[in-house]
Amino acid sequence: MNLHEYQAKELLKKYNVPVQEGIAVDTVMAAEEAYRQIKNETGNNFAVIKAQIHAGGRGKGKIEGSEQRGVAVAKSLENVTEIAKNILGGTLVTIQTGAAGKKVNKILVAQDVYYPGPNPVKEFYLSILLDRTSGKNVIMYSTEGGMDIEEVAHNTPEKIFKEFVQPGAPLQGFQARKIAFNLGLSGESFKNCVKFVTNLYNAYVGVDAAMLEINPLFKTSDDKIIAVDCKLSLDDNALIRHADLANLRDESEEDPTEVEAGHYNLNFVKLDGNVGCMVNGAGLAMATMDMIKLSGGEPANFLDVGGSANAQTVEAGFRIILKDPKVKAILINIFGGIVRCDRVAQGVIDAYKSIGEIKIPIIVRLQGTNAEEAKKLIDESGLTVQSAILLSEAAELVNKAVSA
Amino acid sequence: MSVLVNKNSKVIVQGFTGTEGTFHATQMIEYGTQVVGGVTPGKGGQTHLDRPIFNTVADAVKATGANVSIIFVPPAFAADAVLEAADAGIELVICITEGIPVQDMVKVKSFIKGTKTRLIGPNCPGVITAGECKVGIMPGFIFKQGNIGIVSKSGTLTYEAADQVAKAGLGITTAIGIGGDPIIGTTTKEAVELLMNDPETHGIVMIGEIGGGMEAEAARWIKENGTKPVVGFIAGQTAPPGRRMGHAGAIVGGADDTAAAKMKIMSECGIHVVASPADIGKTMAEALAGKK
Repeated sequence: MNLHEYQAKELLKKYNVPVQEGIAVDTVMAAEEAYRQIKNETGNNFAVIKAQIHAGGRGKGKIEGSEQRGVAVAKSLENVTEIAKNILGGTLVTIQTGAAGKKVNKILVAQDVYYPGPNPVKEFYLSILLDRTSGKNVIMYSTEGGMDIEEVAHNTPEKIFKEFVQPGAPLQGFQARKIAFNLGLSGESFKNCVKFVTNLYNAYVGVDAAMLEINPLFKTSDDKIIAVDCKLSLDDNALIRHADLANLRDESEEDPTEVEAGHYNLNFVKLDGNVGCMVNGAGLAMATMDMIKLSGGEPANFLDVGGSANAQTVEAGFRIILKDPKVKAILINIFGGIVRCDRVAQGVIDAYKSIGEIKIPIIVRLQGTNAEEAKKLIDESGLTVQSAILLSEAAELVNKAVSA
Repeated sequence: MSVLVNKNSKVIVQGFTGTEGTFHATQMIEYGTQVVGGVTPGKGGQTHLDRPIFNTVADAVKATGANVSIIFVPPAFAADAVLEAADAGIELVICITEGIPVQDMVKVKSFIKGTKTRLIGPNCPGVITAGECKVGIMPGFIFKQGNIGIVSKSGTLTYEAADQVAKAGLGITTAIGIGGDPIIGTTTKEAVELLMNDPETHGIVMIGEIGGGMEAEAARWIKENGTKPVVGFIAGQTAPPGRRMGHAGAIVGGADDTAAAKMKIMSECGIHVVASPADIGKTMAEALAGKK
């Protein structure tokens, strides 16, 4: 589950991780009020307005139909009003959103961190994530902050440092110091960095994060170390022990059909193709998508109906897939083990009848326990459903359906 | 011969009296697996399915000599169940539970390193040695006895492969469902290595998914050490990057963990890679006959 920047920063503050302060708002008036408050506190006329969407590249991205960037510096109240009007309710298109962009419902009015002071400012990069190979959490960091880190990793891999953390233990003092030294810090900023990374690691573990990225990690002109941006995604499996965090989910950021599928406990991912599919098991579901492609179609979705492929789940699956007008055929691929195929077949027939007429070809491939009986049920149902037992037969039927 | 489990394996069920535990324990007993008891804290001393219930794994091991445990404990408590089994000296722990928080598995993986316990899973269908012993949730009848080993991250895709292998006139020694989570106890390479060293196994089906580097690691090991034909398939050729496809571990993170990248490395290492899951059985039969 992904969080917004403003939500992530609130969480970090609970772990005593300093952040660029700001106020999240959803109206222009509230933005103006937030600006006044921040100006009062900082004595600085400058503020930063940041669109809150679940995608990166906001600073370079533009609001559809205008030249307004998704992150902009405001120099005055009038400026705040203008930028907030431009961004709120607009659709932000960035390199990560795709051409459709994402609607902006909230903006973060944040303090300007480039205020003048005795020392130069610096931008770093730091992220914490799971290293699947070693089975440990790893802190990745670089002196090259504020940039696309994948580019840095590709062009100058020697500028990326990694610190692996012993499972079950906190980040050790020597590790935190090593990070601060490698970032070239000394004096007050060194001490602040040690505290920052120690607390940040506690936050990562404390909220059961799947990934926590601070880019840029910022040294201010008065040697504070703060998180200017924060990308945080949580481990969905761990939400069972974080009811408060589960409430932070913003469904408006997700595909509406995926949200609906979730309400039926269906594991659904919307894709762009013309053949829908309904499968039991995640691996077989992916394999079925691959087979659709090899048969000349393009998968329209991933859908794992799990172990209970009954009439209700099949019907919900049908309805969700049929919402997409691009879908030219639907392939149901069930390998019956514990689930008996004849029961699934009956579920398909009942669901089909309950929906009424379905105007596109339905191909049902049932294999495993009672597969023959299931095929008979489908074939004798009088419905325009094509049946198959072997995967290769199903592939041929898909090919016919998409080339028709 | 076979690997991991056989007719002499003494199995206990953690989460014995729950719905899942009861259903699958019954199925395992029917298959012929020696289920010697189960663990449900607080119900020690009672019996279930005509087998004794124990409060702790340690008690169960002491009383029954169990050397294998299968776990059906809910996700919030499953990591603890694995640790308890390892602490009690169980040699093989098979964790079926899906949805364990990944930080729990980080700790478990670190804890069991250096113990004599091997963990299979979590989020897996279990292990079956055809005709002898089923410690898992797979439909036993699909796994005909024979000489092909299967290593797979996916449950139903394992059944698909076993079924195709049977239709090609072959059968299974042991099928190992290693699980679809980002952190699992036994890696693809380790499972392949077990089967490669098993004299009864003449060929290996290796089924992977997008995400992580385990298939590439296994492929490189096979290139150096392989003595039997390996047929490989990677699910998720059409999966978009950055999206989790059902399994917690099935997510493309970079250029190296796409299906295409994995299939390329596997081919380079001499594995018979199939693009379609429909070709697994046929390709294995051809590879064994020396036609590939």
